[in-house]
Amino acid sequence: MNCDSMNYPLYIRSVPTQGELKFHYTVHTSLDVVEEKISGVGKALADQRELYLGLLYPTEDYKVYGYVTNSKVKFVIVVDSSNTSLRDNEIRSMFRKLHNSFTDVMCNPFYNPGDPIQSKAFDSIVSTMMVQAF
Amino acid sequence: MDQGSAAGTGGTLISLSDSEQRCYSGLYALCQPDSSGKLAAGKVAELFRASQLPAETLHQVTEVCGAKRLGYFGCGQFYGALKLMAAAQAGLPVRLESIAGELPLPVFVGITNELEMRYPNQPLTNESQSHILGSVTGSAPRPPADRPVLRHPDTSMDKQEVWSPPQSPGISPPRSPSAYRSYPYGAQRNGTDTLLVYEAKVPGLPSVPQENSSPSHYSLRLQPEQPVITRVASVERLVERVEVDYSDDPWRITEEQREYYTIQFRSLQPDLSALIMGTVAKNFFTKSKLPILELSHIWELSDVDKDGALTFPEFCTAFHLIVARKNGYPLPETLPATLRPGFVEAAVVTAPPSEKIGSVDLQMTSRQGVTTKQEARDESRKPEFSPKRIPEPHEKPTQHVSTLKPDSPQELDANMKSRTRPRSYSSTSIDDAMKKVEEPPTPPPRPQKTHSRASSLDLNKLFQQSGQGSRRSQHSLSAKSGWLPPPPALPPRPPATQIFSFIPGSEKSSQKVVQQPNFADFSKFREEQETSVRGGLSTEDLTPPKLDSTVVHQGHAPQKPVRRKIHPESQSATPPSATPYSAATLTKSTQRPPPKQKREIQMAIRKNRETNAVLTRLNSELQQQLKVVHRERVTLESQLELLRPVAST
Repeated sequence: MNCDSMNYPLYIRSVPTQGELKFHYTVHTSLDVVEEKISGVGKALADQRELYLGLLYPTEDYKVYGYVTNSKVKFVIVVDSSNTSLRDNEIRSMFRKLHNSFTDVMCNPFYNPGDPIQSKAFDSIVSTMMVQAF
Repeated sequence: MDQGSAAGTGGTLISLSDSEQRCYSGLYALCQPDSSGKLAAGKVAELFRASQLPAETLHQVTEVCGAKRLGYFGCGQFYGALKLMAAAQAGLPVRLESIAGELPLPVFVGITNELEMRYPNQPLTNESQSHILGSVTGSAPRPPADRPVLRHPDTSMDKQEVWSPPQSPGISPPRSPSAYRSYPYGAQRNGTDTLLVYEAKVPGLPSVPQENSSPSHYSLRLQPEQPVITRVASVERLVERVEVDYSDDPWRITEEQREYYTIQFRSLQPDLSALIMGTVAKNFFTKSKLPILELSHIWELSDVDKDGALTFPEFCTAFHLIVARKNGYPLPETLPATLRPGFVEAAVVTAPPSEKIGSVDLQMTSRQGVTTKQEARDESRKPEFSPKRIPEPHEKPTQHVSTLKPDSPQELDANMKSRTRPRSYSSTSIDDAMKKVEEPPTPPPRPQKTHSRASSLDLNKLFQQSGQGSRRSQHSLSAKSGWLPPPPALPPRPPATQIFSFIPGSEKSSQKVVQQPNFADFSKFREEQETSVRGGLSTEDLTPPKLDSTVVHQGHAPQKPVRRKIHPESQSATPPSATPYSAATLTKSTQRPPPKQKREIQMAIRKNRETNAVLTRLNSELQQQLKVVHRERVTLESQLELLRPVAST
């Protein structure tokens, strides 16, 4: 899921489609954590490390990872805690891919920033990513 | 040629007969071999296309003959390819084994007359058009080719429809050059001439056969408007005529289409090797009236290098996809092979630069002036300049950006990526303000692009009126006074330096706006849009120019257009520079929306009144009828009463 600076969800996708609402809720609460993190970082430079926020919040069921772009677009990934095979690097690479495809979507002049993302390419990338990861 | 006696492909030697030898060497020469014997890829591609084989077959051929491996067509590969194509046209699978034996010569449509001479064994079948080839073997590929060929007529014609006033498709069987001349290439009659010349290629080609074939060619293209019906008709025609059109493949760009695309590209960007910026392209493609989602998808498909701009091949691809889509083709998920930039690029090389820019440019630039959302309304009024202030939820902020110099779109593109959420809703007026600013120093082409919301109002007129009206606006509070003296909702026109006097003006305007009930709807709508969009974004960023009540931030309103181009983080630097000139223009821009809105509302009111009148009349009539019916009912009941005692007895 990614949200823009207004914290509007631009795009939400979950693999087990039931319980989506719970994911929504989780993501929104995690946004608070994200805000906290990015407000804490007062530096002006933005390198990849800062963009990747890491494990935001482990709850009983799942872990939440965050990533923020330079333009304050936030990416949030929620993974099942049972899925321990996911390492940090993998998450990082996932975020990188997300970021890349997001910039591709942005490049499209027909895309209004702020609109929900309807790009099929983006969808496909996200799907493949989710399938391979989960 | 020594090599002519045998074609080495992948190590197997294939012998060529004499006629084949002659033919192949001619074709070889045609394809402009360079010093090392390699053939010009473009020519080869053209030749392959002319063979009218499906794309997959051609790819196979390329592979089998070894050119794919090598990366180029040498003599051996070329000859092998020719033989394979002959085999394919004969219906044999594309394999080395199949070309071991004797085969009829491969058929290439529309290449040269010379070659035609060399095809003595290609009797022209029932095709009434001679010269260009109906091959015996071609009859098999013919039926499947019918369909795609039809599509091409459709595409090219529909393309015409899209971009030019629809021409009558009912042009009579164009066996005559005159009909050919009347082919609706928009205003570009000359373009057909170019095409003629182009198709001739070899100057020695007699013009007559070319013309004869071309009319048939174009007659196919004239089928278009009702694809279903005309498809049937054109199938029949096709059977009669020779297909000059190339591909079996709807995703292949024909030469004519390429020319058209070239012209369009030129109109957007004179240099064929340069890029069309994303916003420019967007404006252009939005005119095709396809849904934005599809345009977005098309963009994704065609912008292969993902740079937010279109090179010429990418542009051709995108245009072709749009055309195909308009003809009902579902959009592919991935780019078809024939539309890949490499392929398109190769074809581009061979496409002649068409110089019919004059009339075309006029048309195109005029069309560019048309806005996206309001084209239906505004197409007739393109030179006007008045962006309409109608709240358009899907107003594209980038349109306004497109008005800026090409270099600013550059940075815009760069920044678009990093931009968060440009306010698409109310920023337009600010953008227009920016545009206004840009306008004086910049040459004319710009204004045409500024219409995100052109309306029937002439902006200049509006200006004058608002200029006059603003003086009065402070005094009169009369709403709906007709918009010629602009409605009092205009903020007073402060001197440029007094930015903040703008604020009371806007407040006043918002009050006045509220006073008019119809306005309120609009303003509410826009407010909603804006607030919903803005959300919690820092208030200093985006404030609606008109309806803003926060005084402090009014000064930041001019920032909005600046934000469009410059990274939000650098906003602090820009407002100072932005405010001086944008303030002046802001006032102009804000004055513009209310009159328009008012006018619209007034029109709406009038319409409503009329409908009211009609309905009341209707109502009264119905009432009359009701009374009559009532009376009848009463009489009937009384009769019933009379009859009942009789019946009961």
